Amino acid sequence: MIKKSANSGVLLLVGTTKGAFVFRSTGARTKWTMSGPYLRGEPVYAMAFDGRAGRQRMWAGTGNPFFGSSLRSSDDLGKTWSEKAEHAIKFPAESGLALKQIWQIRPGPAHRPDVMYCGVEPSALFESQDAGKTWTANAGLLGHEHRPKWTPGGGGQCLHTIVPLGDGRIGIAMSTGGFYRSDDGGKSWRARNVGVRAEFLPDKYPEFGQCVHKVVSHPSRPERMFLQNHWGLYRSDDWGETWHDIANGVPSDFGFAMAIHPHDPDTAYIVPLESDQFRCVPEAKLRVYRTRDAGKSWKALSRGLPQEGAFESVLRDGLDTDASDPAGVYFGTRSGKVFASRDEGATWEMVARSLPSVVCVKAAVMSPATSHATRKMATARRKKASAHRPVRRAR
Amino acid sequence: MPLVVAIPGPLQPYAGGRAMVELRERCDTVGDALEALGEQYPGVRDRVLTEQGDVRQHLNVFVDEDNVRFALGLATPVSPESRVTILPAVSGG
Repeated sequence: MIKKSANSGVLLLVGTTKGAFVFRSTGARTKWTMSGPYLRGEPVYAMAFDGRAGRQRMWAGTGNPFFGSSLRSSDDLGKTWSEKAEHAIKFPAESGLALKQIWQIRPGPAHRPDVMYCGVEPSALFESQDAGKTWTANAGLLGHEHRPKWTPGGGGQCLHTIVPLGDGRIGIAMSTGGFYRSDDGGKSWRARNVGVRAEFLPDKYPEFGQCVHKVVSHPSRPERMFLQNHWGLYRSDDWGETWHDIANGVPSDFGFAMAIHPHDPDTAYIVPLESDQFRCVPEAKLRVYRTRDAGKSWKALSRGLPQEGAFESVLRDGLDTDASDPAGVYFGTRSGKVFASRDEGATWEMVARSLPSVVCVKAAVMSPATSHATRKMATARRKKASAHRPVRRAR
Repeated sequence: MPLVVAIPGPLQPYAGGRAMVELRERCDTVGDALEALGEQYPGVRDRVLTEQGDVRQHLNVFVDEDNVRFALGLATPVSPESRVTILPAVSGG
């Protein structure tokens, strides 16, 4: 049973193509205050919050087009960011590879509070055993025999999803390549894509080569995973050994974003898009779909979302849930809007309407300590703002 | 007279705040010069060269007026009188 977080406030990390924004609310989640842009001008495709071991650390992967990708962290909720002289994530010279972009930052399991993972382009997994100070490329995946046959998807040849499954098991997903799982702590990896189709290949069900867009699982039932594919919506109940179609009643099984409910392993959220040729929500109606029965059925959630002329799209890391009860659900669009639901998706409110293109949304419930720090910072900001300019509000 | 490397504004924090760095090491090529610069300032090196030692795609390196992409790349010769200039390219979005 997963412990429901005491809600002392929620932090919403929003990565955009022009920097990162942070939204804060109280536990009621009725009012949001925006700060940023941080890391101004840099594309931020990956963000994460690490609240383990007393830390309150925000992480961001920046993709400076001129000077390369950097991994940055902030221990004061975005006020200042680490700036190491040398890039933390670097391929070993003998690999022949060079980092293009950081696609995913994932704190490890709670019982291993110093373990962190990064997924990058070109496809590789980096691991840290010291809470992000130093990083090493996972050798098993770096030297994988399939590597020469992985080919870039539209976003590049990227490892974009990391799914810690417990007991030395870990899953990763990449575009293209598909889903791979290690059962020995990352020493060896095997493709697990049985049942996942590859529309764009002559062999529609190859061992690997699928364009998986996102995989999620719930820690209380890790053997169950949901997978949003480049065409195809699937569930596995056996650690990814086999996948079964669950596109029951969705307007399209194409899409990118997917999120798991924080307390219920049967509940997941997606945002279907019309097709790979027209990557906007079907019928120009912005709808999140939710299953509460592990994919047997899906329900459209649209109350508060634009239902006319909404040519919106949500990318693979643009949807997330918080650990509150009831759970919060959040997403950001390529057109720069951010929406929040504090009732598990039943109703929605717009939190921001004109950000740069949103590529990443991550939610975190703050501990009382963080909440205190946030209040302190907000007070300091208010004092400063009253002397110079009005406080910036999202709405 | 030592070879001079001009550092663009965004990289000056990684070069001790310097806009110009004088290299007193012997450098036969622009690659040698960037290596010598990187020894002093690894933060500059990481932002100019990839892990594989290639100039980053959206950066240009000039020897005097000549872009090394249209010369011999990192093998472009330099002399103690050369001025190496690192500049972000006209790109982005």
